[in-house]
Amino acid sequence: MSTTSSPVKSAYHVEEFRAQFPILKELVHGKPLVYFDNAATSQKPRRVIKAESTYYATINANVHRGVHTLSTKATEAQEAARETIRKHINAKHAHEIIFTSGTTASINLAATSLGQLLLEKGDEVVISGMEHHSNIVPWQLACERHGATLKVIPITESGEWDLGETPGPSTPLREARSEVFTEKTRILAISHVSNTLGTINPVKELIAQAKKQGIITVVDGAQAIPHLKVDVQDLGCDFYAFSGHKAYGPTGIGVLYGREELLEKMPPWQGGGEMIDQVNFEKSTWAKLPFKFEAGTPNIAGIIGLGEAISWMNDYDLDAMAAHELTLLARATKELLTIDGLRIIGTAKEKVGVISFVIEGVHHYDLGTLLDQQGIAVRTGHHCTQPLMDRFGVSGTTRASFACFNTMAEVDALVAATKKAVKMLR
Amino acid sequence: MTATLAQTQQDLVDEFAMFTDWQDRYEHLIELGKDLPLITPENKTEENLVRGCQSRVWLSAEYRASTSLSEGTVHFTADSDAMITKGIVALLVRVYNDRTPQEILGASTEFIDRIGLREHLSPNRANGLSAMLDQMKRYALAFSAGSHEEA
Ligand SMILES: Cc1ncc(COP(=O)(O)O)c(C=O)c1O
Repeated sequence: MSTTSSPVKSAYHVEEFRAQFPILKELVHGKPLVYFDNAATSQKPRRVIKAESTYYATINANVHRGVHTLSTKATEAQEAARETIRKHINAKHAHEIIFTSGTTASINLAATSLGQLLLEKGDEVVISGMEHHSNIVPWQLACERHGATLKVIPITESGEWDLGETPGPSTPLREARSEVFTEKTRILAISHVSNTLGTINPVKELIAQAKKQGIITVVDGAQAIPHLKVDVQDLGCDFYAFSGHKAYGPTGIGVLYGREELLEKMPPWQGGGEMIDQVNFEKSTWAKLPFKFEAGTPNIAGIIGLGEAISWMNDYDLDAMAAHELTLLARATKELLTIDGLRIIGTAKEKVGVISFVIEGVHHYDLGTLLDQQGIAVRTGHHCTQPLMDRFGVSGTTRASFACFNTMAEVDALVAATKKAVKMLR
Repeated sequence: MTATLAQTQQDLVDEFAMFTDWQDRYEHLIELGKDLPLITPENKTEENLVRGCQSRVWLSAEYRASTSLSEGTVHFTADSDAMITKGIVALLVRVYNDRTPQEILGASTEFIDRIGLREHLSPNRANGLSAMLDQMKRYALAFSAGSHEEA
């Protein structure tokens, strides 16, 4: 909505970012908050908070229904947000942007509807071993419903897809992908960036291979959208899912991008108002895209807030933010490794600003609790990736995930606080 | 003469009141964990795992039947793979151990708040203090309702 703040395009001034996040002034246990749980949910800049409250204070009305002025304004604001998002991920059409409640809902929509359209007994769905439960369970359910099988790309010691290629100097993925896919593979569902490891996966290459075999591709972009410029046409994916709340936007809003041609063929997911054309008791017909997949009153304030978050990221240069986060990651990696018995889980070459680690003789729960006492918010546990924890033989990790407003001093505070906690626990 | 349940709670409150900063409080909690009556390895079973904890907690209870001199009481043993959790379970065991089922069921848990560990009481904390408490009360309830046999 508003575009008042002045963009910083040149040098990176972290203070300029910090000033925009009201929550950073909060104290935790009497100490200044150090927020390193951005991969779980990011904090929100004032502009996003204001966009939501302005909507409620000035134009709140139901969309696409009323003939009155407010309804028109609300509808316009919602559809403007859709266009902002379309442009941001370079979708061809605004009606390829479907609003959902988040990544989880987006993947459930895709899995249920695509499953119904495509899957038959004996078919295969391929996922990877680093998926979030949200990109595992919906596919398991779809496979169960249609008698299909779930296949899993294994993960290497560094936390990357193991596509089975023999080591050698040519392209990283080479031919071996043919083993990943068989003539029975119908769907490939993979994460762009791992929430637990921070690994940036070579999705474009694998999608290209899948496409050659006519496989439909679904990307879980929950952890990519906050850090990377995503171009769905360049990636070549059929579907791309993400959440607003991990990308400086509000909770309860997410997106499923889908290619028009497929969305047209797919059956609706949920039924209700807004998604129909004609209803009679014998049979109903569906509204056109995107409304066919948006049953019920949408999260209008959330949509407007998400549009604002995307505009905000663009005003402030996402690449510069990601580069800043990587300098924090480098420092955290180097300094944390000086702790005796500390092992980093996820050492891929291409990463976003996420660091997961375990410390010999220290339970992640204890560490998380003692860090919290020192004002530092990290995530501990399995991060909704239990199969990945099993792969690395750990019950959980401690994860710090960085955002544009985090500072070097905060990284140093994390390292010092971790050292202090380890001393208490050993 | 053993202290009453309420006295034990008060003792713990007094003990923790000596510490003014978080570090001492947590160090004491970790120390308490070292005195926990440990569950035997055979009893570290799936059934004795307390659900809803981010760390693993095993809790087992045994009923010690009444004699001519004393009423029947519940004896707890436990363990955890995390030290703070172990401290918390030790705290609960210290209060509830070798009490009658009625004492356990009637006890208030407000002392945890007064100790300064309130954050561990919230049901959405992954540490499951409330899950442990529930489990202890469930054992007590079973013993008070049941035939007072070993469980
Ligand atoms: C990679 C990944 N996929 C999916 C999700 C689920 O997102 P949401 O809970 O917003 O639906 C998450 C969130 O943790 C995630 O990190």
